[in-house]
Amino acid sequence: MTPGVSCCTRAGYMCTIEASMTDYRTDQDQNITTQQAMTGLPTLTESSIVPKRSIAGRALVAVIAIMSFLASLTTGAVLLVRSAAIDWQSDVAREITIQVRPTPGGDLEAEVARAVEIARAFPGIGEIRPYSKEESARLLEPWLGGGLALDELPVPRMIVVKLASSDGIDLAPLRKILTERVTGASLDDHHAWIERMRAMARTTILGGVGLLILMLAATVLSVIFATRGAMAANRPIIEVLHFIGAKNGFIANQFQRHFLVLGLEGGMIGGGLAMLLFSAANIAAGMSVGTAGGDQLAALFGAFALGIGGYVAIIVQIALIAVVTASSSRWTVDRTLEAVG
Amino acid sequence: MGEGLVRFENVGLRYGLGPEVLRDLSFQIEPFSFQFLTGPSGAGKTSLLRLLFLSLRPTRGLISVFSQDIATLSKDSLATLRRRIGIVFQEFRLLDHLTTYENVALPFRVMGKDEASYRGEVVELLHWVGLGHRMGALPPVLSGGEKQRAAIARAVISRPQLLLADEPTGNVDPNLAHRLLRLFIELNKSGTTVLIATHDINLMDQYDARRLVLHEGRIHVYD
Repeated sequence: MTPGVSCCTRAGYMCTIEASMTDYRTDQDQNITTQQAMTGLPTLTESSIVPKRSIAGRALVAVIAIMSFLASLTTGAVLLVRSAAIDWQSDVAREITIQVRPTPGGDLEAEVARAVEIARAFPGIGEIRPYSKEESARLLEPWLGGGLALDELPVPRMIVVKLASSDGIDLAPLRKILTERVTGASLDDHHAWIERMRAMARTTILGGVGLLILMLAATVLSVIFATRGAMAANRPIIEVLHFIGAKNGFIANQFQRHFLVLGLEGGMIGGGLAMLLFSAANIAAGMSVGTAGGDQLAALFGAFALGIGGYVAIIVQIALIAVVTASSSRWTVDRTLEAVG
Repeated sequence: MGEGLVRFENVGLRYGLGPEVLRDLSFQIEPFSFQFLTGPSGAGKTSLLRLLFLSLRPTRGLISVFSQDIATLSKDSLATLRRRIGIVFQEFRLLDHLTTYENVALPFRVMGKDEASYRGEVVELLHWVGLGHRMGALPPVLSGGEKQRAAIARAVISRPQLLLADEPTGNVDPNLAHRLLRLFIELNKSGTTVLIATHDINLMDQYDARRLVLHEGRIHVYD
């Protein structure tokens, strides 16, 4: 196929252009027929209409990654503290203490044995652990020193009772029986401690949720402004697409898709790093079990285990950030299109 | 007065609460015609061009393009109508991250056409405008003349009925300007209505065509 023949089959349009553009054609052009051009040239793949790797795009990914990382850390920390607070509360609530005080002329060992028997017979009671004389002495050792002769002191004996469930049982009958049948016995259900623990846990969780809301708001706002900044560089593209007859929906979809990918990319980098950090902390906590520091941390924060729920929350957060990024780009495209007509 | 390809009736335009930049414009652009739009800087050429390529709506009066009153059209309908109008900008407005081939093919992509259906046509046109060997080149490495030819190729690839050019020779040397004018004349002869906005008297003197002269927001037509 020669250029002349091929062009004249296109309703004279190409013929016209050929006639006026002969001066421009280089030797290469004149030696290449259309067919050759279509088959002999490297593949002309179509690039994305929105530039994939711009400086503004990379900066946006970095901002999203940093904010996602911080937001994910906050989410994870809040979930850990919440779970630890619930565990502390539950541990305390599941435990009651029976105290048997020595009475003049009374047999403390017999009173303790009776109290254990009564408690064991009461429904809803799990494990019972009476502290022996030696164990009681060891409990007092830090304050009173070693080699303590307990017989000379009116030291009460403790019986730690674990409840079978944390649902709570009515302990009033048990308290009444113990008072009636065991001399010097009293029951402490840790009510005051539980209330204080509950208040502390509630405050901790509320504080954490407040912090998380602030962090998410900061993340969303930074993502919106960073996206709008990145979009400013794309205004000429929006205008050109508009002038050559692209519909608003087409233009908005191009940018929305592109920015959704950028949002996901940044979110996955930041959120992924946070998830890795929590996994590493979990492994490190597991390895430090038995050490003083490890046990202290475990008592405060558990095993640093986020659980499936925590990881799902971070993944949802990544998706949310990607959606915010895409929506911001769409909003900016709409505003730009309104400005250009 | 016949229908015309484009019809303006008592059109006025103002930006916001400012003064009218265009006043009482009434004229027609007939199918297959060729005209220059000229006037001093600040006379309103760019505003009139924006009205012509449907990027602005007038604050008063009637504009009919391809027999359709643009005031009654939705944004999507305006976009569809815009596909029948080719635009060449003085500053080319090529997308720097797309190759010459991709820039010229852009009007087909926004129409949602499959690449296989237009690839041959784009390659062919690029050869005819002398850019066959520059198909894979990015605009920043093209010369001014090459950029302008790529911009013209993009404007005419979808065979528009109306071709608008805003100072198309503003950034090229007189020799290239003359050859670009020849191209526009040939496109007109093949059936495309052409309007060239320019303040280059030499360019207008090279071809005897209708002149629309804007002065202080008003238009004077010299057939």
